[in-house]
Amino acid sequence: MKSKSAAMAIMGICTFYFLVPIWWLFVGASKSRSDFSNTAPLWFAHFNLGQNLSELFHYRDGVFLRWMLNSILYTGGAALIGTLLAAMCGYALAKYRFPGRETIFNIVLGGVLVPATALALPLFLIFSQLNATNTFWSVFLPSLVNPFGVYLARIYATASVPDELLEAARLDGSGEVRTFFTVSSKLMFPALVTIFLFHFVAVWNNFLLPLIMLGNERLFPVTLGLYSWNTQVNQLPELRMLVLTGALVSIVPLVVAFLFLQRFWRSGLGSGAVK
Amino acid sequence: MTRKKPVTAILFFVLPFGLLFIAFYLAPIGYAIKQSLYKVTRTGTFGPAHEVFGGFEQYQRVFQNGPFWESIGRVLLFGVVQVPVMLGLALLLALLLDSGLVKGRAFFRLAFFVPYAVPGVVAAIMWGFLYSPNLSPFTAVTKTWDLLSADLVLWAMANVVTWVYVGYNMLIIYSALLAIPQEVYEAARLDGAGPVRTAWSIKIPLVMPAIVLTTVFSIIGTLQLLAEPQVFRTFSSAVSSTYTPNLTVYSTSSIPNFNLAAAFSVVLALATCLLSFAFLKVTQRGDDK
Repeated sequence: MKSKSAAMAIMGICTFYFLVPIWWLFVGASKSRSDFSNTAPLWFAHFNLGQNLSELFHYRDGVFLRWMLNSILYTGGAALIGTLLAAMCGYALAKYRFPGRETIFNIVLGGVLVPATALALPLFLIFSQLNATNTFWSVFLPSLVNPFGVYLARIYATASVPDELLEAARLDGSGEVRTFFTVSSKLMFPALVTIFLFHFVAVWNNFLLPLIMLGNERLFPVTLGLYSWNTQVNQLPELRMLVLTGALVSIVPLVVAFLFLQRFWRSGLGSGAVK
Repeated sequence: MTRKKPVTAILFFVLPFGLLFIAFYLAPIGYAIKQSLYKVTRTGTFGPAHEVFGGFEQYQRVFQNGPFWESIGRVLLFGVVQVPVMLGLALLLALLLDSGLVKGRAFFRLAFFVPYAVPGVVAAIMWGFLYSPNLSPFTAVTKTWDLLSADLVLWAMANVVTWVYVGYNMLIIYSALLAIPQEVYEAARLDGAGPVRTAWSIKIPLVMPAIVLTTVFSIIGTLQLLAEPQVFRTFSSAVSSTYTPNLTVYSTSSIPNFNLAAAFSVVLALATCLLSFAFLKVTQRGDDK
């Protein structure tokens, strides 16, 4: 059928567009420096990926591994704790009536519209008053706050945790906090995965805050580290292959996380976006 | 409910987030506003610097700062073109995935989504190489058009942003499409509506909330452009230190002139809020009809 082949053609062209740069990165990272500039960019020459990786991981006392570890700590830690806090707050806003509830919700919602980058500079000024810039915490603590997560958690809690169930739990003598952790959080689980992934990606991508906050190379997340190498490529050409190989390594954790959490994520996204 | 309110439980749920929100959201906003109202003066040329209240002096400078408003104009132009292209493509792909015309949906969904796993900085580095005339696999293109020249570099960056975010936006719209109950389509089928007609008059109106959501996030993202231009500065001399509003904030604060940078931040945050709020209002008014 004509419309079928037209549809498949569009999908094919788009697949090409989205995947060729990643293919190029993989092929490029597998080449030696001279092969990289002298052989066809989209096909393998002598397979040198192992050598490149070993150089990457040993360059300057393995600073790259340190960056990866930092990124995982900043991102995984902040997303995990941040999701829990956002879920608790959103849940309370959905399930309890108390004075100031709507005000709190509206202020938090306003927070969604305030771009995170607008906060980076004042955060730096505040942390420097406390002599706390250039520390792990100066990047980690601000990354915990996720107003959009509260908004999503409220929607999901309203949709997926029935009041009758909470009443039943109360009659059974279960405390409110215990009910949240044993019953409600399980019902909200697909939503929590969604919030976690959104938060994870946001922190993983955050660039301005570490750029402004950190001077010590050993505290850098991998994005800032690769950026700093890339700015030196013109003076130190040997860094180019390290930047490419590092870029390839840096996208692996997120791709793995996506593959693992895909199932939850799709179901969660669906319920969030229609409301 | 007539029962006693579980005050401790509510505090337990709300306080941890609330305190962090105050400390790392509200306090910085307040502090930025305060800083923007001060200025640094010196006694004599080399005397010690001290901060004094300056009223709206910094804001006056913001409004007289040509490069800053040029950069606002630049990102607005960027957004007017890039956001519709990106979301149009995302919508088209979501509709195609949902139309039943496509085989191998799971593969395409994943393939389109992979770029979202690439952090903005890394994506910009990759594309920077892909655009460079010597290293690019597309030398036929990069030798004819210098994608890193002053004329084209903005659109070269638009391509990077589009590449990263189409799959993400597609997934949000696609999830909304999946949530439409099948009965809705029955009537259309009985009326003999084809797939294009169904998409246009049933599917798109029903996923409008998802499209509005993605548009608001895209507007916010556009005004905040930072990582891409910052990275492109190493590839192209056409990207100045005031190329986007956020770059202006960054370079002003590294002079350092924190008071002026704070004023830039406040104006930018206000502009962003206003623009996304206005967009929400306009689309909501459309819904009430």
